[in-house]
Amino acid sequence: MCLAIPGKVIKIKENDIADVEIGGIVREVGLHLAPETKEGDYVLVHAGYAIQTIDEEAARETLKLWEELGIVETP
Amino acid sequence: MRHLSEYRDPALAKKFIEEIRKVSHKKISLMEVCGTHTVAISKNGIRQVLPEKITLLSGPGCPVCVTANRDLDKAIAIAQEPGVILTTFGDMMKVPGSHSSLAREKAEGVDIRMVYSTLDALGIAENNPNKKVVFFGVGFETTSPTVALSIIEAERRGLKNYSVLVRHKVIPPAMIALLSLGEVRIDGFICPGHVSTIIGSLPYEPIAAEGIPCVIGGFEPLDILQSILMLTKQIENGESCVEIQYSRSVRPRGNEIALQTLDKVFKLADADWRGIGIIPESGHALREEYAAFDADRTFKVDIPPPKEAQGCSCGEILRGVKFPHECKLFGKACTPEAPVGPCMVSSEGSCAAYYRYGK
Repeated sequence: MCLAIPGKVIKIKENDIADVEIGGIVREVGLHLAPETKEGDYVLVHAGYAIQTIDEEAARETLKLWEELGIVETP
Repeated sequence: MRHLSEYRDPALAKKFIEEIRKVSHKKISLMEVCGTHTVAISKNGIRQVLPEKITLLSGPGCPVCVTANRDLDKAIAIAQEPGVILTTFGDMMKVPGSHSSLAREKAEGVDIRMVYSTLDALGIAENNPNKKVVFFGVGFETTSPTVALSIIEAERRGLKNYSVLVRHKVIPPAMIALLSLGEVRIDGFICPGHVSTIIGSLPYEPIAAEGIPCVIGGFEPLDILQSILMLTKQIENGESCVEIQYSRSVRPRGNEIALQTLDKVFKLADADWRGIGIIPESGHALREEYAAFDADRTFKVDIPPPKEAQGCSCGEILRGVKFPHECKLFGKACTPEAPVGPCMVSSEGSCAAYYRYGK
């Protein structure tokens, strides 16, 4: 029930509502809990609301760490 | 899909598994307290690839499953009142209460509607001004801010026919209650990624201070494997702190706007957890200012004392005392097609996950 799915904010409309693309489907999502979201951001969508903007830098850092784990033998 | 597929690389998963095997020496039990983790662990076969020394337990992380029969019975009784439309999330529909389920009542003609979002429930209230629309609010901190928003929005729109039967629960007190019960050994917690997106990492500090490491994990296979690796390292090194693996979503202070929204509408209240009982300050109640939206105050319904299904081990399974396959009804008298207890009904219930994907 605590499932939240990443989606890309396509267009921010009136009353904190945005069009968000989730897996190729665009649906309306409330930005009330993540009001600083900008168009182009990825958000986590739960029960019709964005509950957080995805931190792209943190995501890149995680992936970079993993990449290193994948190619560098751990001591 | 971006922000999903990157976290599913099988070659990297193999690396993580090797690394876990390298650092794991002690026999340890880790508990996840999120139904979405329970499903992801079973679906990706994570139990099977871990060293035998590491046991993964499922805790009370499925909100539908931990809803007490008494609360479900009350929702059904309210739905049966004249002029009521009861709305709720789909997960709740098939869960059996003491005598019936919302799905069965709906089939009998009671006006019960599934909604995807509380915004949909508000729309139903707006379109049915002569009906009383009640939202049955079940869920953890991921969901409760969206219910709080619906009440603020109902007030803004001047909707007088919308109310909420508030049965939200708060996760950290349940984790502490499980530790105090002492029935099962827990060496570390995989903390819920989306609950923590709202509440942050600070609420777990008291648990880590008691010597139980906590790692807030994401939901993709590599997220979960990394969380297990982080916990194993802490335990092997004799450390105990709160770490955030799911850093792309979780910040130490959580989502402060969501927390302010929760605090504006709700205050903490005691809550009844299936299998555990009443845990102080582990749920929500509406603040006085929002009393007009409180279905507990609006509807005075008589409900008979609750009844538990005979032979069902959901309570013990939710406390991590029993594994689903240790229940004598599992897969025989109780299946997803004919469920006896909520852990088999909800797609996020431990029994349903074990049944679908194997133990």
